[in-house]
Amino acid sequence: MQDFSYQRPAALTAAIEAFEQAEDGRFLAGGQTLLPVMKHRLATPSDLIDLAGISDLEGISIAGSALSIGAMTTHARVASAAEVHDAIPALAKLAGCIGDPHVRNRGTLGGSIANNDPAADYPAAVAGLNATVYTDRRRIAGDDFFTGFFETALEEGELITRVEFPVAAAACYQKFDDPASGYAVVGVFVSRGSQGVRVAVTGATPCVFRMRDLEAALNRKFTPETVSGFCVPEEECNDDLHATAAYRSHLVGVMATRAVAAITDGEM
Amino acid sequence: MATLTLTVNGKPVSAQAEANTLLVEFLRETLGLTGTHVGCDTSQCGACVVHLDGLAVKSCTMLALQAEGTEVTTIEGLAPPGSLHPMQVAFHQNHGLQCGFCTPGMVMASVALVTDNPNPSEPEVRQGLAGNLCRCTGYQNIVKSVIAGARAMER
Repeated sequence: MQDFSYQRPAALTAAIEAFEQAEDGRFLAGGQTLLPVMKHRLATPSDLIDLAGISDLEGISIAGSALSIGAMTTHARVASAAEVHDAIPALAKLAGCIGDPHVRNRGTLGGSIANNDPAADYPAAVAGLNATVYTDRRRIAGDDFFTGFFETALEEGELITRVEFPVAAAACYQKFDDPASGYAVVGVFVSRGSQGVRVAVTGATPCVFRMRDLEAALNRKFTPETVSGFCVPEEECNDDLHATAAYRSHLVGVMATRAVAAITDGEM
Repeated sequence: MATLTLTVNGKPVSAQAEANTLLVEFLRETLGLTGTHVGCDTSQCGACVVHLDGLAVKSCTMLALQAEGTEVTTIEGLAPPGSLHPMQVAFHQNHGLQCGFCTPGMVMASVALVTDNPNPSEPEVRQGLAGNLCRCTGYQNIVKSVIAGARAMER
């Protein structure tokens, strides 16, 4: 890894100030992606600003009819927290199938969505549950947050503080994971709440997206059979060493069917 | 260079570390604790697993400076010098290793797994060791060892 300077401020304001003063600063959350990326010199920041010292960024609470999770909360904590199991069990399950146990002990919600890896799991939950992303300066609707391949609506130096997930009546995440990395080859998050059905797909294309035509159909008739009339065209799917585009296109239907079936069977 | 202060295997440690020093490099090169291995250096193989405040982490995917103020346990600190932890004994008795390179990480991951889940089933052990690779593919006996080790840790 190239040389850089490291600091761990204890307050949000100090972290933002450190970023502004740095020549080419990067915030460090759990580091489970950023550090491997830096080892490959795909990122060469002059300054790393570690957010682990800011206790305000960590924690889980119920805020009205939503579950609020701090940006620095680890996947392991989300997977095991009673509040998450009670409010949105599908979210606990999703967090518990990210990477492996050691990665889950370090990796964080904020780090995952800020990175927006096309095969990451959390973006499916943010889009699939109509979550709101809170930053140091504003709130961003989940639908507007993920803008492209590793791209988000975050501005330079903007810091995610927490994410608010509305509690859905029912939700399920179905993932076909890569056996080596644990990343989603395809993952489909389906939720059904007072605002209707949402279907968010990760892994299949360069960026998480909602299948709005399928959502409309499921709003009319919420059955696994409804899914069969809808697909993501092969031409839009990722094609790499892990899976062909045709395979991913097929998997979207399989995972969506399983998610809807699990909700109708009450096996969330 | 910054001064890093933490607890390693129960002993207070204070030493210099560069910002770009990985925790595993600090343990092996600065402290001479070479039981923790570097297998892939890409956070896939788990040979570098240590406990950080009781949680299993990949020490090749952490900066040494991120461990400031924490308690780190390595394979050397699992049991008092000259003795073995029940999980180490179980790996020995069940031939839970072939070349032995992955073993320190396997044992550290297994102890963390059993601490969370004292009586794991075989699928739970396999799932719990998803972050640890054995290039000898000696998984059958590793799983057998972890189940035996879990029983021994209960006693």
